[in-house]
Amino acid sequence: MNNTNLIGLLIALPLFSAGLLLLLGKAANSWGHIFATLISISTFVIGLLEFLAMHKRANENRALTDHLFEWVHVGGLQVDAALLLDQLSIAFVLLITGVGSLIHIYSIAYMEHDHDRRRFFAYLNLFIAAMLLLVLGNSYLNLYVGWEGVGLASYLLIGFWNQRPAYATAARKAFIANRVGDVGLSLAIMIAFTQFGSVTFDGVKAGIPHASSAAILGLGAMLLLAATGKSAQFPLQSWLGDAMAGPTPVSALIHAATMVTAGVYLIVRSNFVFDASSIARTLVVIVGVITLLFGAIIGTAKDDIKKALAASTMSQIGYMVLASGLGPIGYAFAIMHLLTHGFFKAGMFLGAGSVMHGTNDQVDMRKFGNLRKYMPITAITFGLGYLAILGVPPFAGFYSKDKIIATAFNTTGTTGVIIGLAALLGAGITAFYMTRVIVMTFAGKARWEDEVHPHESPALMWIPMAILAIGSISAGFLLSWGGALVNWLAPVVNSTHLAENKDRISPILLTLITLGVVLFGVIWAVIKYREVPESAPEKVSIFTRAARKDLYQDAFNEAVLMKPGNQLVLTVDEIDQKVVDGAVNGVGKMVSGLSFGIRKIQNGYVRSYALVMSVGLLMLLLAVWLVKL
Amino acid sequence: MDISNYLYLSAILFTIGIAGVLIRRNAIIVFMSIELMLNAANLAFVTFSRTNGGLDGQVASFFTMVIAACEVVVGLAIIVTIYRTRRSASVDDASLLKR
Repeated sequence: MNNTNLIGLLIALPLFSAGLLLLLGKAANSWGHIFATLISISTFVIGLLEFLAMHKRANENRALTDHLFEWVHVGGLQVDAALLLDQLSIAFVLLITGVGSLIHIYSIAYMEHDHDRRRFFAYLNLFIAAMLLLVLGNSYLNLYVGWEGVGLASYLLIGFWNQRPAYATAARKAFIANRVGDVGLSLAIMIAFTQFGSVTFDGVKAGIPHASSAAILGLGAMLLLAATGKSAQFPLQSWLGDAMAGPTPVSALIHAATMVTAGVYLIVRSNFVFDASSIARTLVVIVGVITLLFGAIIGTAKDDIKKALAASTMSQIGYMVLASGLGPIGYAFAIMHLLTHGFFKAGMFLGAGSVMHGTNDQVDMRKFGNLRKYMPITAITFGLGYLAILGVPPFAGFYSKDKIIATAFNTTGTTGVIIGLAALLGAGITAFYMTRVIVMTFAGKARWEDEVHPHESPALMWIPMAILAIGSISAGFLLSWGGALVNWLAPVVNSTHLAENKDRISPILLTLITLGVVLFGVIWAVIKYREVPESAPEKVSIFTRAARKDLYQDAFNEAVLMKPGNQLVLTVDEIDQKVVDGAVNGVGKMVSGLSFGIRKIQNGYVRSYALVMSVGLLMLLLAVWLVKL
Repeated sequence: MDISNYLYLSAILFTIGIAGVLIRRNAIIVFMSIELMLNAANLAFVTFSRTNGGLDGQVASFFTMVIAACEVVVGLAIIVTIYRTRRSASVDDASLLKR
């Protein structure tokens, strides 16, 4: 079997399916969801085959390049459409198609009563195709196509219920915030082209040693800007909370398998850029630390179960970005956390969807309580994801998050202490808000309204949740078995390159400290939320109020970006109306006025024409006569 | 006889023609004035032909006569049609195209 040809199929299959379902329209209503799910599963099978084949090959032969066609050949710019399947891509391919397929299966039941289910599945497949193109492109330009495709698909899915104006606005907000990041990526591509004459990963990597440090810093900063847009990092994170407007499976897909992981992928894929510029790396660390605290603090104040989970995603991606700013070993831990997070966050989002499914689409956690009695499977799978995100051994998060905290602590100088403590604090807050979610939803007294009759979801929904829960238990252990992932990624990110730093604190002690902080957060939340009032308390500290308002990020964006932008547009419009239109209309008016006057000469009297002609002739003769004279 | 007398006569006839075209309203009279101008030109042609001893001027005057004949045919037809429809042969009344 020729493995190279199958790589293109990975993208072509879901893309074809999306196009087919959209073009066929209602004709595909009865079988569209099954078809899309089968396509998604078949991409997972292909991914698995590729992985097994890659595993058999020697380490240095593992990366495959599939040259598709000559794409842009203009002057010095030579870009081919080519796919690169290496150790990093395959990890993403398996995550995207695997978790994506589970979400497809779940959606069959979740979207059963939606009359537009076929369109939903077409978009899901489009999302998968775009994300696969993003992780498989062998150059920044190929990646950019997938990058934009992901932006489009997320826009379509967040605004899937666009009959609700608020949801359509949320979709536009996500799209616009992403556009800001996209500008970063396109600038990065331009910098890469002017500096290295190439936009392929290999070409840029080869050019890095000869480039000026300013160019590398610019490239790194622009790539980071791109990543903050797609991965909802500070300062472009505000779209993520509103993105919860989409159907819950979409949230799971965006948060676990696609979209937000793209930024982390971009940074890790561009590891050679960040390795060459310590300032760019510091920027990455700063963004990561701010976001992980930001997201965690927002998470503590949200009563909407999906928004609390969204804030949690923001925070966890912050951990990944932080890790990818910590040098070669950090890249591997970032990817490890990304993979384990894919399992437990997808599981928890599907769990939240299941809770909504059982309670007439209620999302307010103050209207839940004691659901574990009525939805035992959802409670158990959600609980396993909860243990995983807390980093309780031996669940998945323990292997990935603890490594990140340890790596942060071991960074040289006082920075190490600061970012280490920040990461530790983040872990504590994570424990607090996740416990809050669990306690408010599944424990305590029942607070739902009388007409709500909570019930367990059908098998099509809980089986994917169960599979993800198993992943939440085992993924971390499997991925770190004998340094499996670290060694696997070594050829791409150089992750076995030994860190020169010694351990600041012994790993066991640090694990104990982390667990202590986590336990403290858990106990605090349990005590604080033993009693949950039916409506959110009004008298709260200024911090809670700020957290409820997403730490005023929206207000800030509005005051600093939106209002001056609006003013600028109004001014430009005024200028256009008065100056540009004035000039154009003025010329028109002048010509028409002139012709109005000239028109009078054409009076229709033959004799006056004859007179004009005679006088003209006479004058001509006179002139000739005068000249002759 | 002095050759310039013929030319004076030609100039006078031409002027009368122009005056007729400009002053009179009746299409028939205007038409006659145009004929007068054409013949004034013919007279000048023939005079110059005689003076120079060539035949070119005479040939030109024949052409003018032929064209004048054609013009009469078309022009009179138009004038008659206009008169039939509008009951007027005044050139000032035939100014519909300006609207």
